[in-house]
Formats: sequence, structure tokens, C-alpha cells
Amino acid sequence: MYFLRRTLFAIPLLLVISALAFALVHAAPGGPFDRERKPASPEIEHNLKAKYHLDEPVWKQYGRYLGGLLHGDFGPSLKYRNHSVGDIIAQGLPVSLTLGGLAFCFATGLGIPLGFFTAARRGGWTDYTGSFLAVLAVCIPSFVLAPVLILVFAIKLELFPVALWETPWHMILPPIALGSFFVGQVARILREGMLTATQAEFVTAARAKGLGETTLLFKHVFRIAVLPVVSYSGPMLADLLTGSFIIENIFQIPGIGVFLVNSSLNRDYTVVVGLSLLYAVLLIALNLVVDFTYTWLDPRVKYE
Amino acid sequence: MPFTKRARRFFRRARFLFYLAAFACLLGCSRREPPADLTIVNSSEPESLDPAIITAQSDMRIVSGLFEGLTRLEPVAARAVPGLAHHWEVSPDGTVYTFHLRTNLLWSTGEPITADDVVYSWRRELSPATASDYAGQLYYVKNAADFNTGKIRDPSRIGVQALDPLTVRVELNHPTLFFLDICAMPLASVVPRQTIGKYGDAWLNARPLPVSGAYELAAWRLNDRVRLRKNPRYWDAAHTQSRLIDFLPISTPNTALSLYMRGQADIVWDKELIPSELMDVLLKRPDFHTYPYLGTYFIRFNVTRKPFDDPRVRRALALAVDKDRIVKKITRAGEITTSHLVPPGTANYTSPEGLHYDPTLARQLLAQAGFPGGKGFPRFEYLFNSGAGGLKLHEDIAIELQQMWRRELGIEMELRQVESQVFWGTQSRLEYTVSRSSWIGDYNDANTFLGMFLSGDGNNETGWSHARYDELVHAANATTDPALREQRFQQAETILIRDEVPIFPLYVYMGVNYFDTNKIAGIWQNVLDDHPLRTIRKIKGRF
Repeated sequence: MYFLRRTLFAIPLLLVISALAFALVHAAPGGPFDRERKPASPEIEHNLKAKYHLDEPVWKQYGRYLGGLLHGDFGPSLKYRNHSVGDIIAQGLPVSLTLGGLAFCFATGLGIPLGFFTAARRGGWTDYTGSFLAVLAVCIPSFVLAPVLILVFAIKLELFPVALWETPWHMILPPIALGSFFVGQVARILREGMLTATQAEFVTAARAKGLGETTLLFKHVFRIAVLPVVSYSGPMLADLLTGSFIIENIFQIPGIGVFLVNSSLNRDYTVVVGLSLLYAVLLIALNLVVDFTYTWLDPRVKYE
Repeated sequence: MPFTKRARRFFRRARFLFYLAAFACLLGCSRREPPADLTIVNSSEPESLDPAIITAQSDMRIVSGLFEGLTRLEPVAARAVPGLAHHWEVSPDGTVYTFHLRTNLLWSTGEPITADDVVYSWRRELSPATASDYAGQLYYVKNAADFNTGKIRDPSRIGVQALDPLTVRVELNHPTLFFLDICAMPLASVVPRQTIGKYGDAWLNARPLPVSGAYELAAWRLNDRVRLRKNPRYWDAAHTQSRLIDFLPISTPNTALSLYMRGQADIVWDKELIPSELMDVLLKRPDFHTYPYLGTYFIRFNVTRKPFDDPRVRRALALAVDKDRIVKKITRAGEITTSHLVPPGTANYTSPEGLHYDPTLARQLLAQAGFPGGKGFPRFEYLFNSGAGGLKLHEDIAIELQQMWRRELGIEMELRQVESQVFWGTQSRLEYTVSRSSWIGDYNDANTFLGMFLSGDGNNETGWSHARYDELVHAANATTDPALREQRFQQAETILIRDEVPIFPLYVYMGVNYFDTNKIAGIWQNVLDDHPLRTIRKIKGRF
């Protein structure tokens, strides 16, 4: 019931988001057809605007856009005129999803063990080294890490290709560059959670009953400590899956992250609104998944 | 406390499963395609591959491989030579061209290419519904302008007709010396009538896509690549050198350079794709090639704003600029400073000398205009756009000009940087005082530069209008005598760059591309920076 209500509530939210995105991008100065070379006559520009209904009032254009959306049509791109926004999403989203998915695997696959061990071996050298690495991962931005990775592993050692997105070998460095920040975040959040959880009363009780340390950490402490990581995963996944402008640019990956940024610079109205909606849908859906995972992991949590 | 054996086993399994899953995912998303014979890095994702829509040079490089016109450019000096037309006759007054098509012309799908296809393509380019930015290049054809602007509705009145399936007759308004060059531009190339009729705006997504050029469109994936495959039915297919060509739309200089260094790309076009920090080092290498081409960087004055309505003020500002400093300190690729707008190397034309660096004369002129030592000169704004990919060229030049004018003339200028999409509109609405500008020649003739400063031309953008200038440019274009034509253009350019100065040029563009001449053959540097794909090949057997 709760999840159904949340889903229904998402619809007016998406409407508001689309209206805001539409209004904002139209209010920005300049337009999609402004360019260096002026057409030979003002009529040409007028024809172009009329073709894409840009000569109508904005509210009317918005109405037309919503009408298209109802039929699943995101409209044509105004910059890439042989492609529709649907095309751009259909071609770019799978790539961004793969990149983001791999980065997520990397972030959790490395971040969770890192957080777990640093907490379990608290105060030892494992903890210090691990925590230092986690902080380092958070501090180095991807636009620094990516060129360094390319320089070392692609150019000097020639282990991986320098860019492009073709074979599995092309798909190693980008997820690492994209996910490393989140490795650090996940590790820190989990470590914090573990340390808090070990101080809980039920842990003391379990210890007193003679439960083994390993069983205790895995079965009881971890289950509670991982909750903050789960709630962080929702927005993190949405962030990773919608692509990264920087990583996609540096590695020349044909995802949608590049469009997310360039479309607003190009005043590609339809692409801006379409991708904003896509991002919103992903964010809402993933938050819903997070809430659902919560009830499953922690029986204390219940939604009415 | 050490972990138990069971826990360790669990870690090992979890780790193994995780890597297995990641690897399976990687395998699942990889593609298998044969490698291209030639990989070219081409600065940006094509806006379109429709000859009637494209405006960027990077897009034209691909499109001129797909579609051909009556003429085509030869690779060495980029002169127009027979393309789909085998030969032609020109009437004695230079206004009627009769083109004879080759008899072996086929679309890549097998149907014959006829004179009707040529007529259709030109009518489509000019149709108001197509809204082509470049349609103005065909305005030399009789009634083309009126049809394009909607003054006449009947396309059959345009001066292009099919006399029979192999003959096209073109009637011009007046003799046009560079008309054959225009026929070679993508906008005048021949496009498939049936496919466009059937698919409308989405016609480029039709497979197979009928093409008239040396290459077929094998794949076009957004921000990934455009792949071209040799068109075996092209009339000159025997001389097409490479079978598969990939174009990578890369706008990050470091990525382009890395791909090239690792051998994942063979050719990189454009100066913008050289990391500027490495420019000095890289330009010394033998595989980095520089060449001047028909492009000029210049400054526009808005002559409708005071005090820039006074030619003395404009001349003073132009005289106070040390252009050598700009090319040595900022552009750094060996650019040549220029005092005239039309670049050297333009066919049948030598420009008159304009204004050179002379701060003393500049101060005198400014004093004569009522601002001795810059006193009383109002603060004004300099408009420029942020360059693509964080390029700081325009900003650096703006700062340099600001300092020069302050030092030499004692005047103060504010800098106003805007996004490119804002810049073009602001400039054309004359909502600026002084602004950066540039122009790349569309064809090899002085008219492509001088024509834009005719009164009311869409690309004038200075508010400047000069009856004598207009008269001279029109008179130059009306004559077929090359010497007389040159003389009139020179008189016009003198007014533009020495007397009136609504603009003043800084330097001629220097093109840079990089490829190893030991590995790649068939590229010649020329002033149009045009390199037909059909002649480029990898040298086999040596690597």
C-alpha cells in the first residue's frame, strides 16, 4: 500500500520537474539555432523555428511536449536533428548503465570489505592503512584519477586501451575512475556503522551468551551496520547510472552523461527536459528500492 | 581477533563470485566488429549527416565522402574538378552552365543517378521547408533567392533544369567565377529523392542508405563513431583507397593525443585537439603538420555605438595592437599576422596592405577624434565567447587587447564572456561594442570574405554600410575579367581595412593535423583544409 502510494505520488512530482526544466531552459538566453553563420535570410531562421514550434508561446510548447510524452515521444533533438531524444536515450543509456553498474560493483565490492575489515581490526595497522586509503579515494577527484590511470596503465604499461568502449578491456579503467570516490564513501559509512553497532546492547548480550566473534560480526553487527550504506546506495546508484560527463569525456564513452551537460550548453531544449525526467525517474525508483531493501534487512522498520 | 576458517572460505567465495559476475557483464556488453582500415579523430559528434543541414567543417569531412555533386575537389590543391558531371559548357557571358553527367552513375543501391536527382537536390536545398543555413550559397542561381525566401512558390522557376536524363542546365544571375567550387560543396551534392520522400527527416536512418559518393554509411552511433564503407558502385570506386573508415567524435585534446600515441587512431584533424600545454613540444615533431588556410581571426566594431561611429577611433584602436605579440604568446602554432581580411593564398587575388602596428599614429588619431591621451573616452565592453572544451584562446586575446589599449591609448575596456549559444545572437543583434570574430572561407575566392560586409548581409554584424564598397563588390562579381575583378575587390578591401575599419584582422588561421607520413598517404595540405577521404590510405606492408 505504502509503495503504491509512493509510486502514485511520483507522477505529480515528475510533472513539476518537467515543467520547471522546460521553463528554465527556455528562459536561458540564446537558442538552439543561434550559430556563427547567419542564414542568408531571416526567413530561413523563421522556417526553422516554425518547424520545431519554437515560435509558439512557451506554455503551448509545453502542452505539445506533454502530449508527446503521453505517447512515449520525447521529441526530436534540436541540435542533432537526425536523432530523437528517444534515440539518444536508447543509444546512450545502456552504455551509461553498464559503466555505472560496473562502477557500483567496484564501489561496493571494494568498499564493503574495506569498511568491514577496518572496523573489525579497529586500532590495528589494517585499520590505519584501510582508513587512509578510504580517505584518499574520497579526496582524489575523478578528473585527476582518470588521467593518472590512463598514463600509468594505458600509456606506460600498455595494459589497457586509453579510451573508447568496445571490448571488456575498455571497461576496466573507467569504472575504477568513476567508482573510486564511492569506494571511500562506502568504506567510511560502513566502518562508522559497524563501530556504532558493536556498542549496541544486543551485541553485549550476544557476547555474554558466548557467541563467537565471527558469527557476531557477520550475522548481527553487519546486518545493522549496512543499513546506512543501503540508504546511501540509492542516490549513489542514480548518480552512477546516469553517466558521468567527466569520465565519459575522458574515456570517450558514448553514454548519456555527455548529453546531460552539453544539451544545456547547446540549448537543446527537448534533450534537457527528457534527460532531466530520466534522471528524476531513476532517482525516485532507486529510492523506492532502497526503502524496500530496508524493510527486508531490518525487521524493525515498517512502512504504514 | 583472527577470522575463523569458515569466514575466510566465505570471503574467497564472495570475491570469486563478484569477479565472475563483473567479467560476465563485461563480456556481455562487448561488440564484435572488424577493425577499420583508417581511424580518424574528428573533433565533435556530427550535428547531422544531411548535406542541407550541416554547417561545421568536421561534419562536411564525413558528408563529402557520402554524397557528391556535379564537381568534386581534387586532393592536392582543393580545386574543383569533374565529379558526377563528366564535362560542361559555359555560355560566352558566363551565366549558363550545361553539365553532362557521367553515363556510369549509380546510387550505392544500384539505381541510376539522373539529372532529375540533381535538380531535386538543389530544389530541396533551396526549399523553405528544408530551412538550410547554407542555402544562400546557391543564390547565384537564377530565382534561387526568391524561392528560398518564399517570394516565389514554383520550384520549376529556379534556374536549374534537367534537359534530359544526363544533362543539367544551370542559369545564373550574373557570371560567377567560383561557381564550380560551389557545385563541389556538400550543400550542392546529390541526395536520394525516393528515400527522403519515404522517410522524411529520418531518412539518414534508412538502411541501406543510397549514397552518391565514394563511401556508404555503415554505422552511426551517437558519440561513439561514424563508420564508412567503400561504395563499390561509385563511378570512381577503382581509385577509392580505404575500405573501412571510422570517425571518432572526440573533443578532449588529451584523449585524442593518447589514442594517437597508442596507435588507436591514425589521423587527428584540428588544432583544437592538441593539448595547449604541449603545443610547443608537439609542433616540433615531424608527424605534426601545420599549414595556413583560408580563415581569419578579426575584431568587429559596432559602428552604431559612440564613439565607434568615428572611423578615426576605429583606426586608432586597430593601429595600437601589436599582433606579433598575440601570435607568439597566445596562438603559438606559427600563425601569420595580417593587416587584411582576405588570407594570402586565395585564388586570383592579392590583398592590399592594411593598418600595421603604429602606436604613435594611433594616439594622434585618437586625439583628433577628441580623446587626447584617452581622456574622456567612455569605458566600453569587449564581447567574446567561451571556447569549446575550455579553450581559453578568446579570453587570452581579450586580456592582451585590454592591456595594449590601456597602455598605448589610455582607454579602459571591460571584458564580457558569454556562452557560444548566447554569443552569436548577441553579436548579430548588435548588442555589443567591440567583439571577437572569425571567418573560414567557404570556397577559394575573395568573395567569401568580402561579400559578408555588404550592407545588410546577415554576416555583416557591425551595422556598417558603405555605398561605394557595395558598388565595388557587386561590380567585381559582375565581371568575367580576372584582372579587373581583382582590382575592384582590392579597392573594396582597402575601404574595409584601411579607411573605414569596421573590422580589423589579427592573424590568419594555421591548421594543424597529426599523422605519420610513413604510415598514411594521400593527404596534401591546402588552403581549404579539405582532404577527400577517397585518396587517404594506410601504407601497407611496412608495419
